[in-house]
Amino acid sequence: MHISLTVNGTEKTGEIEGRTLLSGFLRDGLGLTGTHVGCDTSQCGACVVHVDGVAVKSCTMFAAEADGCAVDTIEGQAAPDGTLNVIQQAFQDHHGLQCGFCTPGMVMSAAALLKENPKPTEAEVRAYLEGNLCRCTGYHNIVRAILAASGQDLPAVAAE
Amino acid sequence: MYAFEFDRPATVAEAVAALAAEDAQALAGGQTLIPTLKQRLASPSRLVSLSGIADMKGVSTKDGVLTIGGGTSHARVAAEAEAYPALAAMAGRIGDPAVRNRGTIGGSLANNDPAADYPAAALASGATIVTDRREIAADDYFQGLFTTALEEGELITAVRFPVPQAANYQKFEQPASRFALTGVFVAQTADGVRVAVTGASEDGVFRWKDAEAALSEDFSEGAVKDLTIAPDSMIADLHGSKQYRAHLVKTMTVRAVRAAS
Repeated sequence: MHISLTVNGTEKTGEIEGRTLLSGFLRDGLGLTGTHVGCDTSQCGACVVHVDGVAVKSCTMFAAEADGCAVDTIEGQAAPDGTLNVIQQAFQDHHGLQCGFCTPGMVMSAAALLKENPKPTEAEVRAYLEGNLCRCTGYHNIVRAILAASGQDLPAVAAE
Repeated sequence: MYAFEFDRPATVAEAVAALAAEDAQALAGGQTLIPTLKQRLASPSRLVSLSGIADMKGVSTKDGVLTIGGGTSHARVAAEAEAYPALAAMAGRIGDPAVRNRGTIGGSLANNDPAADYPAAALASGATIVTDRREIAADDYFQGLFTTALEEGELITAVRFPVPQAANYQKFEQPASRFALTGVFVAQTADGVRVAVTGASEDGVFRWKDAEAALSEDFSEGAVKDLTIAPDSMIADLHGSKQYRAHLVKTMTVRAVRAAS
């Protein structure tokens, strides 16, 4: 079947099967491999993208359901010249990643959170990241990065 | 995942017609069905997506009744069901934010997972399940694990919740899955108190009648603190024994009454 959608502001079309997942279409169909597939069971959140402005796990949505939608991925977050957006820059400044596998999903979830709640508390950040797993960092620097990206002073994070 | 045909109708009538095909299956938010398809535990010949049906989405309130379209996401219920704060709070704690943006009330009630949250809310509230062909009282709708009164190809188009005088939902979460290890929804109306329990019983969601009788007489923690519930029919798994779940049923009920009163 044929779909057309807007990905990172650009019109895209593709031929897919009914069973093609959105994550698979983005990666294999469009070559946007920044969307990572970790667990493929909608638990880890590495595949989070935005569909019509809200965060979804792209491994648990069919590409056919994104027909006519606006999809935003990690590739659309930095400026065209490569300048990182405020969340990405904060992840770099606060060492919010180690291996980096979960980072695309973390950044996209953080972007969704800050859109809904521009000045979240530390507890709100942690609650919002319930569906994003990181096996390296212990989350502290991810939480600090997101609080910094929101423009708030950084509190001392627990266990520091 | 096995291959299937994919339909995305724009109306309830088109969806019902498409579901008449042999081995056709409705697709709501897909947060349970897609993992099930990946594991090849289901292999429909045709999936009929409900996401394109605008008439099945939305939250409205009239004359003390909150009506939620069957295709409305948990996130939208959490944000828009101000008329029934306990229900909005429950919807806001299902799964995680990305799951709440896709999962729907109709999908949750049609699946009737024994540890899902919505069955407890619907049963405690005395909700009415509205389908493409009839209306079903919550008391008649839930029929055991993953089993409901729905016929083949029948779609939940809306759910009507009479808004209670006081209500609260307490969930003891399984922290990895965020399903209820045990969840208790308590609702007080002019007709009495209803207490619905999810996550605990081998028979799925149920009403705890002893607690309802006690709380209808006296809506206070004291009315339930000395009650016990038999562990015989409770679920036992690596997360908790039958006795542990029976204990959680009472503890969550006490907490819900405390929070509601």
